[in-house]
Amino acid sequence: MALLNVLIYPDERLKQISQPVKEFSEDIKKFVRDLEETFRSFPGCVGIAAPQVGRFERIVLVDISYKPQHVNHGFLVLINPEITSSEGASLGREGCLSVPDYTGKVERAKSITLEACNENGEEHQFRMSGYEARAVQHEIDHLDGKLFLDRLVSRRNALSKRIELST
Amino acid sequence: MENWLMLTLVGKDRPGIVAEITHALFDLQGNLGEASMTRLGGNFTIMLMVYVPEKKTVVEEKLRPVCDKLKLFFHLDEIEAGLHQHIEPDVRISIHGADQAGIVARATDALNKAGLNILNLESDVGGNTDSPVYVMHIEGVAGKGLEAVDQALQKLARENDVVARMTPIDTMVG
Ligand SMILES: [Zn+2]
Repeated sequence: MALLNVLIYPDERLKQISQPVKEFSEDIKKFVRDLEETFRSFPGCVGIAAPQVGRFERIVLVDISYKPQHVNHGFLVLINPEITSSEGASLGREGCLSVPDYTGKVERAKSITLEACNENGEEHQFRMSGYEARAVQHEIDHLDGKLFLDRLVSRRNALSKRIELST
Repeated sequence: MENWLMLTLVGKDRPGIVAEITHALFDLQGNLGEASMTRLGGNFTIMLMVYVPEKKTVVEEKLRPVCDKLKLFFHLDEIEAGLHQHIEPDVRISIHGADQAGIVARATDALNKAGLNILNLESDVGGNTDSPVYVMHIEGVAGKGLEAVDQALQKLARENDVVARMTPIDTMVG
């Protein structure tokens, strides 16, 4: 197990698009464990994506189980995640391990259906909404080289657009 | 902490003010920090942090003609400040109702007593001239917990016939 170094914006590598995982090898499993250890070392953090530690493969981890007020699926290892449908819109505040000392309001789909593999290559489907869906969308953005900064909504916009304020 | 200047400008709004001012500051080798600009009652207002190698008096001298030309009141203070000092709000509050004298004072007083540290406040009057409606949005940190804020808002709503509600802010970090 090893703690991995987190890339900090404006590191250009955060804009890189990650490639699908093709082989569910021992190396992937070991990386997932290291990524989890890194993720757990940041209290208050609910997700991490492989490119945040400089590995450009489509792997994200999400765990909001310590926030029981939000319905959740526990600890999720999502490899090659694909959002197959999304519904609604909600505004919430986001921050990012790769963007210290800044948070802002971001619009996300309210609920999503998601397909992803776990570290053994088994495919699973999830339906999720609210906080967990927000976390997954934020992490999948990292795989596509996007940060929440690319989706900020200003406060005044937030008032005039009449989107439901969820968090 | 570094020695920053806080520049405050107020005047009739017209296009290009921000560009002209920031250009003048750039010419002084100024480094901009955090800034907040908004229109209030048709007026242009901005407060911005600027770090300039020159003395305050030199900055004043160079900004004076620019501000005179743009017909802006300007005010410059030496402040003790620093970047990277953000505090995360944990609650958002909205209050609205028919406009009435003293409502902002009563609301902020009640919230202060309930332990709220206000980080952001926007207060607006909408509706029409005959029946003005005021709307206030506040973000802050509930120093005595959300329950205390909620109770203060319920009391405020009852006693002033306004709608006052709060939503916890649960920032998602990932
Ligand atoms: Zn992130």
